[in-house]
Parts: sequence; structure tokens; C-alpha cells
Amino acid sequence: MKSQTSTSIKQKIVVVGNGMVGHHFVEQLSKNDTFNITVLSAESRLAYDRVHLSEYFGGKTADDLALTTPENYLALGVNFKLDAKVSQIDKDAKVVTTENGDTYAYDKLVLATGSYPFVPPIPGNEREHCLVYRTIDDLDAIQASANKGKVGVVVGGGLLGLEAANALKQLGLETHVVEFAPQLMGVQLDKSGGQLLRSMIEELGVTVHTEKATNIITDGQSSVHRMEFADGSYLETDLILFSAGIRPFDNLAREFDLAIGERGGIVVDNFCKTSDDNIYAIGECALWNNFIYGLVAPGYNMAKTAASHITGGELQFTGADMSTKLKLMGVEVGSIGDAHAKTAGAQCYIYENQPDNIYKKIVVSQDGKTLLGAVLVGDTSEYDSLLQYALNGIELPKSPDALILPSSSGEKPTLGVDALPDSATICSCLNVTKGDIIAAINCGAVDVGEVKSATKASTGCGGCTALLKNVTDNELAKRGVEVSTDICQHFAYSRTELFHIVKAEKIKSFTDLINKHGNEHSKLGCEICKPAVGSILSSVWNDYILQNDHLPLQDTNDTYLGNMQKDGTYSVVPRMPGGEITPDKLIVIGEIAKEYNLYTKITGGQRIDLFGARIDQLPAIWERLIAAGMETGHAYGKSLRTVKSCVGSTWCRYGVQDSMTMAIFLENRYKGLRSPHKIKFAVSGCTRECAEAQSKDIGIIATENGWNLYVSGNGGMKPRHGDLFATDLDDETLVKYIDRYLMFYVRTADRLQRTSVWLEGLEGGLEYMKSVVIDDHLQVCNELEKQMADVIATYQCEWKTTIESPEQLKRFRQFVNSTAVDENIEFVTEREQIRPARDTEKTYQAVNYSNANTHIHSIEVTS
Amino acid sequence: MTELNNDWQTICHEDDLITHSGVCALLTNDEQIAIFKVNDTEVYSIGNWDPAGKANVLYRGIIGDHKNELYVASPLYKQRFSLNSGQCLDDDSLSVNCYPTRIYQKQVQILTSAA
Repeated sequence: MKSQTSTSIKQKIVVVGNGMVGHHFVEQLSKNDTFNITVLSAESRLAYDRVHLSEYFGGKTADDLALTTPENYLALGVNFKLDAKVSQIDKDAKVVTTENGDTYAYDKLVLATGSYPFVPPIPGNEREHCLVYRTIDDLDAIQASANKGKVGVVVGGGLLGLEAANALKQLGLETHVVEFAPQLMGVQLDKSGGQLLRSMIEELGVTVHTEKATNIITDGQSSVHRMEFADGSYLETDLILFSAGIRPFDNLAREFDLAIGERGGIVVDNFCKTSDDNIYAIGECALWNNFIYGLVAPGYNMAKTAASHITGGELQFTGADMSTKLKLMGVEVGSIGDAHAKTAGAQCYIYENQPDNIYKKIVVSQDGKTLLGAVLVGDTSEYDSLLQYALNGIELPKSPDALILPSSSGEKPTLGVDALPDSATICSCLNVTKGDIIAAINCGAVDVGEVKSATKASTGCGGCTALLKNVTDNELAKRGVEVSTDICQHFAYSRTELFHIVKAEKIKSFTDLINKHGNEHSKLGCEICKPAVGSILSSVWNDYILQNDHLPLQDTNDTYLGNMQKDGTYSVVPRMPGGEITPDKLIVIGEIAKEYNLYTKITGGQRIDLFGARIDQLPAIWERLIAAGMETGHAYGKSLRTVKSCVGSTWCRYGVQDSMTMAIFLENRYKGLRSPHKIKFAVSGCTRECAEAQSKDIGIIATENGWNLYVSGNGGMKPRHGDLFATDLDDETLVKYIDRYLMFYVRTADRLQRTSVWLEGLEGGLEYMKSVVIDDHLQVCNELEKQMADVIATYQCEWKTTIESPEQLKRFRQFVNSTAVDENIEFVTEREQIRPARDTEKTYQAVNYSNANTHIHSIEVTS
Repeated sequence: MTELNNDWQTICHEDDLITHSGVCALLTNDEQIAIFKVNDTEVYSIGNWDPAGKANVLYRGIIGDHKNELYVASPLYKQRFSLNSGQCLDDDSLSVNCYPTRIYQKQVQILTSAA
């Protein structure tokens, strides 16, 4: 029980609607325990993430999208009712009534009823398979309809419409977008930007029809529906999705006499209060300054404002910036402020690069000093700094066009972070300003990591990572703190510098390197620099990683050539290039798993993982695998893992290239390459992309004319779609580019930096990478290719070398003085296989004497 | 030092050790110990049980030094344990046993009477 407060009865807050904004309000207010909060939701589930709705078709479940759970609300002390649609408000008695007659008294009522999709009044719009895109239930209906059809049409070419089109495309439908206006995304983009976006989306296989007014939807001949247009043309489709804008859910306010805008929306003031003092409205149902904000960030700000006002705070909502940066079907699009140059006297600078599909425009004030707006299509790398110029009124450089011109045409002015005012928002997801970052540094944060954990900046979308680092480093430098890029305390060098030293001075061992270039006080190294140098030595010289002087450098996974599991056992992963495996080899794997009682699972990289092997069992297991013609899969290494593949044109009806042969070739080419972090590839045989190549470090997608190469994609903790690097490559050029790209990564990335973060951190980003790899801007391509050729020529299966060496085999034992096994390794059976026993299931107790000696000295070797 | 030679328990041969790396031995009381050889001249023994990761794995960690403190970093969750005291350098509440160790006539020996 909480202690009694002076006001003996808690204020009753009723929240109508549990969308993202309603939920955000509950989160804000529940921090304060003087309120009794009740949530009434018309939907059958609690709040979920509508922004990422399309990921539902990418494999996410309703649970993945959920923003909260019943348990979570209960823990916060929040009451909630689902399927509880409010039908009446009695403003005088301060009571709301739901459709089934339940009544709820309130002191303050918060309407967060959101919006509904506008369905144009076209005859036939009520037909079966005519749907909208708003809730998870809508998505289920879309999926069900898509399963029965081949063609899908989205009505509406705005931001939401294009996201819906992407969803239809993901569902495998032939996808069309029908737009009434002459261009796509008319709100955010100008005519040229819209045109480029259209052509890029069409290249991805979505057909766009503009200036089409639908007269009627009737029975089709080849498909379910026929849409007849005003110009006499028609389109046949099985599924129609309306995404033609939103309308506020304001019917309650209308019926019970709250002020409503001319074109709908519940009128609110700067405190988000409606015309009734005890009723607030937030999110897409609210009309502020005659404007409805259809984005989540302003909604969140309204939620904060209302919560603040109810708790006696003074926060006000004074509008929001509608600038947007997003990726639509892989096409980067950005829009800032006055994109259409409507401000009086506004002038534009435009850069257009047709071959590379890039369009950029900035809108500046009459005096040329401030940035009013921008449109970016195909490349949004300048978005962040442009937004800072616009939001903070920072004075533009003399030639503002330099801000959007490619860097090769001269030195690009960089936005000095010093120029940003303290009020500048650095992280818009978590609303962290430059002032917040300075405060964190003043409180003792000395690096980006500490600033991050103090302010939560860059923990949302992560888009501000580079800017955050810039601001932090700049502030630290101002305070005289030297920002260190040293790998650790043993070397005053970054990983890249160490790489160059090793190569230039032909250094072949860690001892040599630390003796010549290490810091004075230590010659031993640590768990940071040792594996990093081990990896560098391997990338440059490719010696056996377990030879005497290299062995102590390796992480345990490399030391024992397996992935250590929580109980100290290892997993065994033989290489299966491209996921291809013969029945005979499969049988051998099965026999080994059976004999050693190993837990067996298929990995995400299309191979087989055998778990639960004791250290002393590893050599015998590998001897059998190698005898059967298999080799190590390097699942333990910071190195090439797998090249995932579909069967491609060899078997598949849709395949346009032999992705299988290419995948196997690439996996065999790069296997064993040690790198700053693990590397994953995938090769898809057609644009359906079954191998999910766009989520890999190197992704290759077959086209009619060759291969499209994508780089620096990532799954994992922070997923990133790969960037399209080059198109329609022949086999030879493809391999050449990959050689160069990988070796450049190996040379210049930080330790444990995946290709995605590496690329994002490179000044100049993707364009710079292209200039290095394709145009040989740095004139290093010959060297990169040669180095790769050396690594490939010196490949060895580490397990084969190991089992052939009696000296190495000696290391694979638990005890030097006993053949006993580690009794802590205990298994139980689950689903007919082993799994490690949990603590509560174990019989083993570690022998551990309490009178541990603390005063101990080592004694020199006497002989 | 007054301990007698027979207080030292012989564990294994010097050649069983790996320079700058670890091996594991089983004591007569079933305790597992991790033995490390550093710079060809020094040997250290600590308990092999990783109290953070709850597994017998410390001998498979990487040896390092930090401000002249020799340590092994656990291969599971990277906590560092001093080879001189068994104290965890990252968490005051964790420590492992620690035994005097020597190489005597090419035999690796530890002083178990201290336990």
C-alpha cells in the first residue's frame, strides 16, 4: 500500500482511446501516483506501434508491435477496458458511458480517439476486398484478401499510401498506386522530387497512375474488381486499399457539444484543453490552430502537454515541425519546412543527378541567410544538418548550394556544431537538446557512451548518432579533454593505424608490435587489443590463428574453434556453402549428433548447429566431419559466416540468375577472411528476394541483366537495409567490387564495427564508398584486390590443421591431470533433445572454499 | 617462508602449461583450478569456477594487465579476476580462490595447505 496523501481521494482520469498517443499520455501521467487512471479502448488490444505497421507483413507479430501489456498496465496501477467504445459524455455530471451501458465518472477526461482513414465516396467502395490500412485487424483482412488475389491497388499516393503499397508488394501482389493529384507525396515533395520518386518506385515494380479520378468500382473480368476512371481508362484488381488521408474521430465531441473545427477536429488550446475545462483532446483527433497533426511526434508532445497541465505544470503545445525523413521501399526521401517555396521572396537552389537518381532542392529566404525548406530524394545524407539550419535559424554559408552539391565539386561546408544554440534538438525521438548534452558533460560524462546513458539520446532510431558524437566530442574538446581514438591503454593508436603499422613494417606477432609500438608501462596487452591485433595479423598474413604466438590473442571461441555456450560447452557448425548439403553429409551429421547426444538446430544462416559438445569431444567430432568432406564454418570467428541463398534459376520458376552457384562461389572465396566483425552475405535469384539479401553486409540480387549489389545491410539489434551500390553487374565486376569493398572494410573499420555502422560513420558515406571502390578515387584498388587474393590463396581449414597437430590436440581437455569430465555440465531432456540444466535442476555444487587466500605471490621458475 | 616441500601438491608437468594462456586442473578435493603461465617466468592459480557466468571456464579467458594488475577476463561475460588475489575487478562482491603456485623441478605445484 502506498502511504496516504493529503488529498484522501485520488483524481479520476478517464482516457478514451489507447493508440500510440493515448498510451503515451498514460505513461506520462502514471509516473505520478496521485491519479486513478482508467483507459477505455474500442479496440480489442492495448496500444501498439502503428508507425511500423507494415513490418507485420515482414514477420513481426501483434505482440512484437505491442507498446504495452495488461501486466504492465496493472503494474502501473492503470485500469483498462478493451472493446469498450464510449457512446456518451455527460459533461455536467462528469460521467462517460460505454456502448454496453457501463458508466465511468471522471474528474478529467482525455480524448485520444485518433483518426480513421478517409474512404472516397466512390460507388462500389463497400465491395468485398475493398479495405483500409490502419489497424492490426485491417492488416489481417488485407492478408486474407491478398492470399486470394494477384493484383492490388492503393488509392492515394501520399506517405501512408506508399507505405501501404510497400505492404502489398511484400505480400507478393502486382502493386499499383492510383493518385488523384499529378504527383506522389504532394504535401512533402515538389514536382521534380515527386517525379523522381515515381520513377524509382516504378523501377522497383510498383506501377503508378497519377491524375486518375475513380468513377466507379464494378465487377472485373480478369480480376475481382474493375476501377473505371474519369478519363475512360480502367484498371482491374483483386484488392483495393484506400489510403486517401485521415479524418479525426471527433463524433463524441460533435454529439456532446464540444467545439469542432469547420472541417472537423476537436478544437484545443495550447494546453490541449477543449472548450470544456475538464476535457482534453490529444493526437489526431485534436485540432490546434486549425491544423491536425498526422504524425506521432506532435501527438506525443500533446500527450506530454495535457499530462503536464493536469498535474499543474506549464508545458504548452505550440505547433510542431512537420519535416520528415524516411525510406519508402528503399528510396530515401526527405522534406523540410517550406518544401514548396511558398514564403514570399523565397529562392531555390536545385541539384539533380539523373544517372544516380538524386534530386535535392533547398529553399532559402530572400536575403539568402536562412534556410526555409528542402526536398531530398534518392539521398538524404544532408537531411540532419539542413534540418538544424532550418530549425535554429543558423545563418547559411555564402553559397548555400554547396550544402547539397556533391563533395567532389569542392570543399563542403560542414555545419559547425558550435553554431547550434543550446535549444537545438539533437535527438528528436527522445527530445534531447544540445543543452541536455552539455549538462550531462558538466555532470561528468566523458564520452559518447556516457552521454548516451545519461540523456538517452540516440537510443531511439539512432539517426542522430553521428551528430551526437560531433556535439559530444566538440564539447569535450572545448573543455580540453582529448578525445581518444586509441584502441586501449596499451596502444596509442586506433585499429586502422595499427593495421597500417602491421602492414607497412611487416610485423608478424603481437609481441613484436607491443614491443615496438606499445605504451611504456605494459607489454602484456588486454582482452581489447589482443583479439583486435590477432584479427589484424590474420587479415594481413593469414597464418594459422592457433600457432604459439597467436594463440593467447584469441577470444575463447577462436581458441577452441567453437562457440562457447553458457555452460562452457561448445557448438559445432560445419560449413555448408549456400546452404547446400548432400544427403550423405546430412547423414554423417545426424550420426555424429546422435552418438555424442548433441542438441541439433537449423541456424538462421542456412546451416546446422550442434550444441552441447564438451571441449574434449571437439577434436573427435571434427575429425569425423572432415573425413566426410566437410570443413569448419567459422561460426566462432569475426569472419565470413554464411552466404545465404535461394535456389535461383536452377529450380525456381521465377529465378533469373543462378544464385546458388554464385552463393557457393562467394562463400568459398571469402571463407576464413578475418575481419573487424562477422560478415554475412546473401544472394537472391530474383527481385522477390527470398534470401533477404538487403539485410546482409553484402547483398546480391539477380536482375535480367546481371546482379544488383547492396552493401552494409544488417539484421540484429539495429536492423538496416543495405544501400544499393551498383546495378546490373557481370560476375567479374561483382566479385571485383566485393573484393575491394571487404578489404577496405577490413583495413579501416574499428574493432567490432559491423559494415553498417562503419559506412554510416564514414565521412561522405555511400557516395564516398562508391568513389573509392568503383572510381578508385584513392588509387588503392589494385592493392586491395592483391591483398584479398593473398588471403584467398592462403586459406586453410583451421580444424583440419588442428586435428593434424598432436601439440594442438593437447589443449582440448578440461583437466591437465585427469580424464574426468566437468561435472557442472548437466543436461535435461526437452522435446526429445538435450538442453543445459537450469540452476534449480542441477545437482552440481562448485567446490569453493570460503577462506580464500588474498596474500599470494607467484614464485619464479626454479629448476 | 617455512612451508615444507610436501605441503606443495604436484599438479602437472611444466610442459603442460601454455605461455600467456591457461589450463585447468582437478584437485583431490574436486575443486577445479585455472593455472596461467605469464612471460615464461611466472605462474598463477585461481579457482576455475566463474561466479558471474556460473560455469567452470576461467582457464579459457584472455590474460591482460591493467595498472600493473594481472588478470584473466572471463570468456563468458568478460568480468576480470585478479591473478594475484582472485578479486573481481569489475564487481567488488565477486571473488575466486587463489593459490600460491610454483614450478619446482619442472613440476607445477600449488600450496593447498593454505586452503
